[in-house]
Amino acid sequence: MNPNLKRLRRTMMFLNCQKPGLIKDPYIYKPDSIMLDLEDAVAENQKDAARFSLYHALQEIDYHGVERVVRINGLDTPHWQEDVRVCVAGGCDSIRIPKVEHAKDVHIIEEAVRKAEDEFGREHGRILLMAALESTLGILNAYEICTSSELLFGCALSGGDYTKDLQTKITGTGVELNGARQLMIIAARAAKKQCFDTVFTNLDDMEGFIKETEMIKLMGFDGKSIVNPRQIAPTHKIFTPTEKEIDFAEKVVKEIDSKKAMGIGVFTVNGKMIDIAFYDGAKRTIDMAKAAGVYEGDL
Amino acid sequence: MELKGTGMAGTLESSDAQVTVEPGTNGIELSIESSVINQYGRQIRATVKQTLENLEIKNAKVTVVDKGALDCTLKARVEGAVFRANGVVEGLPWGGAIK
Repeated sequence: MNPNLKRLRRTMMFLNCQKPGLIKDPYIYKPDSIMLDLEDAVAENQKDAARFSLYHALQEIDYHGVERVVRINGLDTPHWQEDVRVCVAGGCDSIRIPKVEHAKDVHIIEEAVRKAEDEFGREHGRILLMAALESTLGILNAYEICTSSELLFGCALSGGDYTKDLQTKITGTGVELNGARQLMIIAARAAKKQCFDTVFTNLDDMEGFIKETEMIKLMGFDGKSIVNPRQIAPTHKIFTPTEKEIDFAEKVVKEIDSKKAMGIGVFTVNGKMIDIAFYDGAKRTIDMAKAAGVYEGDL
Repeated sequence: MELKGTGMAGTLESSDAQVTVEPGTNGIELSIESSVINQYGRQIRATVKQTLENLEIKNAKVTVVDKGALDCTLKARVEGAVFRANGVVEGLPWGGAIK
């Protein structure tokens, strides 16, 4: 199994491949992933030029361990085949497939990646996939999409296009995205995949951004697509377990391990009743703290 | 590769370069304009020439207006201009002539 399937992805920062100034050094802001965009941010008559920039950036720029995801153009365009070839030849880490509505959309890209891997002599299975759900049909088929491929690490909501399809708009309250978010996270979790929220584009409303990010964290999401480096630190703070949470999780894991050996199933930690049902959540908190580099314990 | 027409790629934005190529008859005729020509002129020239050599372009008139582009951007713009001049957008030789 590719170890990157479950890597920490709290922030995915969009960067326009048409702009060399944007893609040369985004790692300094330390997002977990960067999303090198060949799709909507790139003008139709600059798709070719953006690929050359992408290829050399992937080959020559050291992104210091930041995951390099490329958003390719959709299956309804004449660009995606060449996008896949440059992604594979350049050696990106993951490909974001836009406008996914069915499992077969993922299968088409998976096959194109495999073909390109053969063409360029690359190992199969190194490049992962993620699906962007941008329509009502895509949301309704989220489970089918999430289970479509072993190389697919998760799905992401694209709120702008989705709300157009829903015949409403982004209101800032989240009411228009409630259903999609809920369906997606349930589908992703049922498929044991990651799930990412849409962008928040009003950069002047940091309070609104933080509120929305706190909400999607509580809903179960793994992270958020972001459009500006200023959104990284608050998102990481929200998605990184606090010292108190880590301390509690550590006690839960250790107590369950030791009590199990003694034949005790239920007991208390810090005054809370704990049983085996808490184990996976506590382990996940520890894993997340480790991945975020804030765990200093011995588990 | 022979250039079939004129091609241009890139912009005059900071960190970018605008490269124009057109068919020539007298080797590589290279003109460079850059605000950092004194520090990086030689390197810009070498990168452009190497990129054209990789593409097996032997005769061309090439104009580079550099706005502080990294090497990787310069290469991308030269390649972009060359493939546009020849109308090629698919089946590109990634990792081959493009390296």
